[in-house]
Amino acid sequence: MNILRFSLLALLVPVAQAQEPAPDVLVKSITGEVVAVLKQDKDIQAGNPKKIEELIEAKVLPHFNFTRMTRIAMARNWRLATPEQQKELTAEFKTLLVRTYSTALSNYRDQLIDYKPLRAKPEDVEVTVRSEVKQSGSSQPVAIDYEMEKTPNGWKVYDVKVGGVSLVTTYRDTFTSEVKERGVDGLIKSLAAKNRQSERERAKSGKT
Amino acid sequence: MAIAKRLCVELLLAATLAGCATTGGNPADPLEPFNRAMFRFNDAVDGVVIKPVAKGYRAVVPGIVRTGVSNFFSNLEDVWISVNNMLQGKFQDGFEDFGRVFINSTLGVAGLFDFASDMGIQKHNEDFGQTLGRWGVGSGAYLVLPILGPSTVRDGFGFLLDTKADLVFYIDGVRVHNSLYAMHKISDRTNLLDASSVVEEAALDKYSFVRDYWLQRRRNLVYDGNPPREPEEPDDEPTKK
Repeated sequence: MNILRFSLLALLVPVAQAQEPAPDVLVKSITGEVVAVLKQDKDIQAGNPKKIEELIEAKVLPHFNFTRMTRIAMARNWRLATPEQQKELTAEFKTLLVRTYSTALSNYRDQLIDYKPLRAKPEDVEVTVRSEVKQSGSSQPVAIDYEMEKTPNGWKVYDVKVGGVSLVTTYRDTFTSEVKERGVDGLIKSLAAKNRQSERERAKSGKT
Repeated sequence: MAIAKRLCVELLLAATLAGCATTGGNPADPLEPFNRAMFRFNDAVDGVVIKPVAKGYRAVVPGIVRTGVSNFFSNLEDVWISVNNMLQGKFQDGFEDFGRVFINSTLGVAGLFDFASDMGIQKHNEDFGQTLGRWGVGSGAYLVLPILGPSTVRDGFGFLLDTKADLVFYIDGVRVHNSLYAMHKISDRTNLLDASSVVEEAALDKYSFVRDYWLQRRRNLVYDGNPPREPEEPDDEPTKK
């Protein structure tokens, strides 16, 4: 029985890889799932940040390449960091981005998301998935683009552009001047301090 | 408003003159010490006055009315957006903007409803700063203006013309048009309440985060969403200590 199961699995693996969802389909389905949960979960609507973070952890994070995001934000200073520091930087930056994203999601109020047709050749390993979010009260939609790369484990997001502006490179100057003044360890400390401060503020507002 | 404008002109002149006096850091931001001080001032005013008023406005006024107010100002802006598109040689966009004004001013009851968007005629984002950019004028130094916030020397000059072109400017009675300016500001700020809470969460250093976002955003707008790729930074040379 076991042997049968394993051979079935073995058969399934290559099939699963061949049917890796296309990048735009992936973004659409994840966003759809997340929005569906946001709409029906009472705890999240009441502003429970823990719940939102869990949702992101489960649904969204597996599809992001945080190491690459950190490397882009660090630019040439990435090579100054030891592998150990690179790991710490990535972890702190990830925490910061996840919390930012969860704040953005907790503001979600029935915006309409519109996906543009994907312009990519089948052999492309890097693509941009374009979407537009229509907000109530404002007639101009906000463009949200996902920069994605093909990896053995499926398509991964390595940058998000809001209104044409890269979220990751917006950190670049801050990171550069921080490293210049206080070194890589200084930057890690600043990121960690920012994360702890937000944690405390959240605890104080009694939402945790 | 006259005082604000004179202040604006003086700041711009000072900024142009001081442009050569670099203070290190970001090359696009030679006026960083001044800008940081102005940013703190704006942030304080925002925290004490503008943001609380915007929050109150959002809490008290029903969404449908707020959308109407936002649409009303947006419709007035479309006139100048149309002119700017024409000035940039984008005639189709310019005609679309004109069509928007026509439809929204009539069917949309003086701009309270945005039927043009429902009909698929999209709003554009243009101002005179972008037109100057399109004509090849560089953005100049980053400049934080009092109350108005992030700008550049070029966009500051553009803004002076934008205010002249704002139809509110031609409404008789100082009281009326000052209230309309304030209303416009509050309406815009209300639309940004959620975004600003995200910035608060995201930024390690709020000043440089807002600056870097703003400069990239303006560049993006000048090129209507398709800016030429910037030269990649060399990857191998670490920042000098």
